[in-house]
Amino acid sequence: MYNGGKIIIGLIIFVGLVTFPFIFHGEKATAKPDPKVDTAEILKLPENERKCVESKDFMKREHMKLLNEWRDQVVRDGDTIYTNAEGKTFTMSLQNTCMKCHSNKKQFCDECHNYTAVKPYCWDCHIAPKEKQS
Amino acid sequence: MSVNRRDFLKIVSMSTILSIGGVASVSSLKNQVEASQISTSPAALTAKRWAMVVDMSKFKSEQDYQKCIDACHLVHNVPHITDNPKHEVKWIWTETYEHAFLGNEDVYRAEKFQHMPFLMLCNHCENPPCVRVCPTQATFKRKSDGIVMMDMHRCIGCRFCMAGCPYGARSFNYKNPRPFIDESKENPEFPTRMKGVVEKCTLCYERLAKGLQPACVEVSNGALIFGDIEDPNSAVRKVLSERFTIRRRPELGTGPSVYYII
Repeated sequence: MYNGGKIIIGLIIFVGLVTFPFIFHGEKATAKPDPKVDTAEILKLPENERKCVESKDFMKREHMKLLNEWRDQVVRDGDTIYTNAEGKTFTMSLQNTCMKCHSNKKQFCDECHNYTAVKPYCWDCHIAPKEKQS
Repeated sequence: MSVNRRDFLKIVSMSTILSIGGVASVSSLKNQVEASQISTSPAALTAKRWAMVVDMSKFKSEQDYQKCIDACHLVHNVPHITDNPKHEVKWIWTETYEHAFLGNEDVYRAEKFQHMPFLMLCNHCENPPCVRVCPTQATFKRKSDGIVMMDMHRCIGCRFCMAGCPYGARSFNYKNPRPFIDESKENPEFPTRMKGVVEKCTLCYERLAKGLQPACVEVSNGALIFGDIEDPNSAVRKVLSERFTIRRRPELGTGPSVYYII
C-alpha cells in the first residue's frame, strides 16, 4: 500500500470525527418528551370524563389533521359543533375548547413540538393560555 | 432455491390474509373518525344574507359612535396603532359625508351633514370585488349567509383586496399587532392577527355562531339594525320598507348590504 501510514492515520482521524458526537453526547440524549395532562382543569373533571375529543392514540397521531379540519370547517363553512364517535359534542375551537383543558401549553404542546423541531404557527395569532412562570 | 407451485400458493395466500388484516386494523381507526360528525350549532343565528341598517338620527354624540367602535375593537383584539395613520387598523370607524358617499357632492347641503361623522364598516357586498381579486381565496363570501369572511390562515398579505375594495374597509398589519393590544383588555376567546395579513369586519361570525348579535349592534341602543335582508319579516326589511335609505356607492355594482338612514 502506498502511503499506508498516512492513509491509516487519516482514517483514524476521520472515524474519530464521525463518531465524536456519539461518543461524547450519546449518553446525554435529550429526554423523551413527556407531555403533561394533569392541569387543574383536567383534574377537576370526574375520572370517567377525562377524555379528549377522540382516543389518546388517535390524538397523538392525528391531532394536526383534526385541527386543520376543524379550522376549515369553522372558518370556511361556519360549522362549529363536533360530535365524536361516542356521540359527545364539542365546540370546535383551539382557544376555547382545546386550550381550556390543556391550559399548559409549555408542558403539553411545546414538549413534543420542541423535541421534534416542528414550529406550528398557531400561536402567531391564537392567544395561548396565560401560564404561571415556573 | 426454487419454490414449487404448492409453496408459492401458500405464501401468496398467507400474505394476502395478513395484508387484509393489516388494512382492517388501520381502517378501524379511520372509521372511528368517520363516525364523528360536524354540524352547525343549533343556537346559531342564520340568514340567507345578513344586512345592517345604520340609523344616523340615533347617533347624537361622539360617545354613541365610540361605544360601537370600542365594543367591536375590544372583542376582536383590534390593535390600537396611533403613531402612523397608514398603519392604523380599523374594523368599524367614522368618516365624513364626502368621503362616505363619494359622488354626492352637493354644495348646498344642510349644515349638520357637513361635519357629521358616519359609521363605516365592511359592506359585506353581494358581489364583493375583494373576493374576486384574492389569489388564495383567503377572503371569500360565505355561501350560507353572505358574510364576506377572512381566512387568516390563507392570507398571504398581497393587499389586492385592499386595492379592490372601494370602501376602504380593509386594514393591513404592517407590523406585529400584539404590542398594540392592551393585554389587560384583550379577549382571550378570539385570536389576534399577525404581521402581514389583511383584516376587516367579519360581521361577528363567531358571535352569530353562538346566537349573539354583532357586538356593535348589541351596544348601539337600536341605532344599528341587523337582520336577514331576504326575509320579508326581518327587522331590517321592516325598516327598509318604511324609511328612505341610501347605500355607499351602489353604482359600482357591488351590492353593499349596509344601509344608511340619514
